[in-house]
Amino acid sequence: MSERASFDVRKMPGFVAIAIATFLVLYAPIVTLVIYSFNSGMSVAMWEGFSWRWYQAAMQNQQIQDAALRSVIVATFASVFATVLATMAALGTTRVRPFRGQTAIYALINQPLMVPEIVTGVALLIVFATVKQATGYSGLGYLVLAHTAFCIPFAYLPIRARLEGLDRSLETAAADLYATPWRAFRRVTLPLMMPGIVAGAMLAFVISLDDVVITEFVKSAGQDTLPTYMLGQLRRAVTPEINAISTVLLFISVAIVSAFFVVNRKKA
Amino acid sequence: MQGQGDSAAAPARAITAREGKGALVSAARRREVRVSWLLSAPALLVLLCAASGPLLIVLVYSFLTAGDYGGIVWSFSGEGWFKVFLARDIFDDTVSIADAHLTIFWRSVRLSLLTTLICIALGFPTAWFIATRSRESRNIWLFLITIPFWTNLLIRTFAIMEVIRSEGIVNSVLLAAGVIRQPIQIMYTDFAILLGMAYVYLPLMVLPLYAAMERLDFRLIEAAYDLYASRRRVLRRIVVPLVRPGLIAGSILVFIPSLGAYVTPRVLGGGKNMMLGNLIELQFGQGRNWPLGAALSLTLLLIVMVALIFYVRIVQKEAASRE
Repeated sequence: MSERASFDVRKMPGFVAIAIATFLVLYAPIVTLVIYSFNSGMSVAMWEGFSWRWYQAAMQNQQIQDAALRSVIVATFASVFATVLATMAALGTTRVRPFRGQTAIYALINQPLMVPEIVTGVALLIVFATVKQATGYSGLGYLVLAHTAFCIPFAYLPIRARLEGLDRSLETAAADLYATPWRAFRRVTLPLMMPGIVAGAMLAFVISLDDVVITEFVKSAGQDTLPTYMLGQLRRAVTPEINAISTVLLFISVAIVSAFFVVNRKKA
Repeated sequence: MQGQGDSAAAPARAITAREGKGALVSAARRREVRVSWLLSAPALLVLLCAASGPLLIVLVYSFLTAGDYGGIVWSFSGEGWFKVFLARDIFDDTVSIADAHLTIFWRSVRLSLLTTLICIALGFPTAWFIATRSRESRNIWLFLITIPFWTNLLIRTFAIMEVIRSEGIVNSVLLAAGVIRQPIQIMYTDFAILLGMAYVYLPLMVLPLYAAMERLDFRLIEAAYDLYASRRRVLRRIVVPLVRPGLIAGSILVFIPSLGAYVTPRVLGGGKNMMLGNLIELQFGQGRNWPLGAALSLTLLLIVMVALIFYVRIVQKEAASRE
């Protein structure tokens, strides 16, 4: 009897060992990368002492400054546009009785999640090459438009999830108290949706900030973002400068995603 | 658009006394549907301009003639599609199978399948481990899986590169320990790509598997043990069938991006060990054959769509058998 009680049905032989090993394998390269960003030597494998040298070098590098600024500009515009558009689409497609064409709208919104990035990249290269030639404009607008498009599903999903869980009776109450539809929306619906909107905007920002493939195909000459600049550098001899940029990007992503988890948990 | 509204109003129309109200309901319904479309329109417009629409243009381009210096010439040609799998000898016009392309297709499919298998082998125990923790610590472990998932793919590829480079950690340690005399060449091999993709896409396997395991009814496992089933039998006959939806979802989530991978094979595989994504890029760069690049892109898209349809059918069958 006592033997039976100690028998754990959740245990599988070797699973814990494999899981721990997996976590170690998952984190070891990232931790190493962060550690060597503080290396005072040129090498990314031989430790020679702690220094901020490569962070300073990265900060003084004009190309990196430009790329970082460009990344932030594109990610900011794209995430704001994508969030506004996704919020409107979510309002239009949730909490209504199913209508014809609704599936088509879902399919179109989620399409960037299904098509391989390289295919989208090539498609945009073809289209924008023609447009660039026809209009003569080759600014950041193309990048913002492309990023906005693939950020829409990432913004849409959390907003829609939030909206689906909302209680309609609060809005009905507002209407009963003679609030105009616009006032009811602004004072009741929008504040209730806010956690979903903030979460969607953060996801969109991170997705845009991290994009490599589509940016690589859409950007005009001299329009490197931080990730495409890094991709170009990886072909050459790598110095810990790349580690320093990676570490900064890594912490920005982790901070935003952590904040996302906090925002999302509040709703529960 | 109107069809649904009419059918909703139909019962009301049958009762003549309520006909007026029925018309009112149907008008309100039409208004509701119109508002839905208006609200979705801006997002759809952006997606049509910068996501779905350009795919149609790729289709058109795949049937055009390649320009001498990249770009296209506006005259019909099947050459782009022809060259996906076939090659024509420059001298005597004999048609043969394009070995170089087949090698790349085969490498893409093989490495993607292997990546999926590695991710299952590591992801299944990991998801099980997380799902069997206490409720509070589960969230922490889950968060630890999510962090690499949200970290830039390029950074993770770069991190793996640092580990396996000739001057990287693995070789430095082995050299210093005297295990090897010469650094082992891991970079620029298929193995390096495989390692990188498995590393990069592993969280995509763990997350759906965990979602399936979290809902697992452990009383079923207990019952199996009470009936003297061995652990292996429990795993094979009870656990795997119950978490199969998560297993399939995870496999699809790993397989599809592996197949279209561009960054990881470019960084870890170099110019010689190309995958489909790199072959496509080549046609728009040095290859200067846009129609071939367009045809290759659509071929990749087609394979992905087949995988997705396959997935949806399995899920539907699974749902039907459960009812």
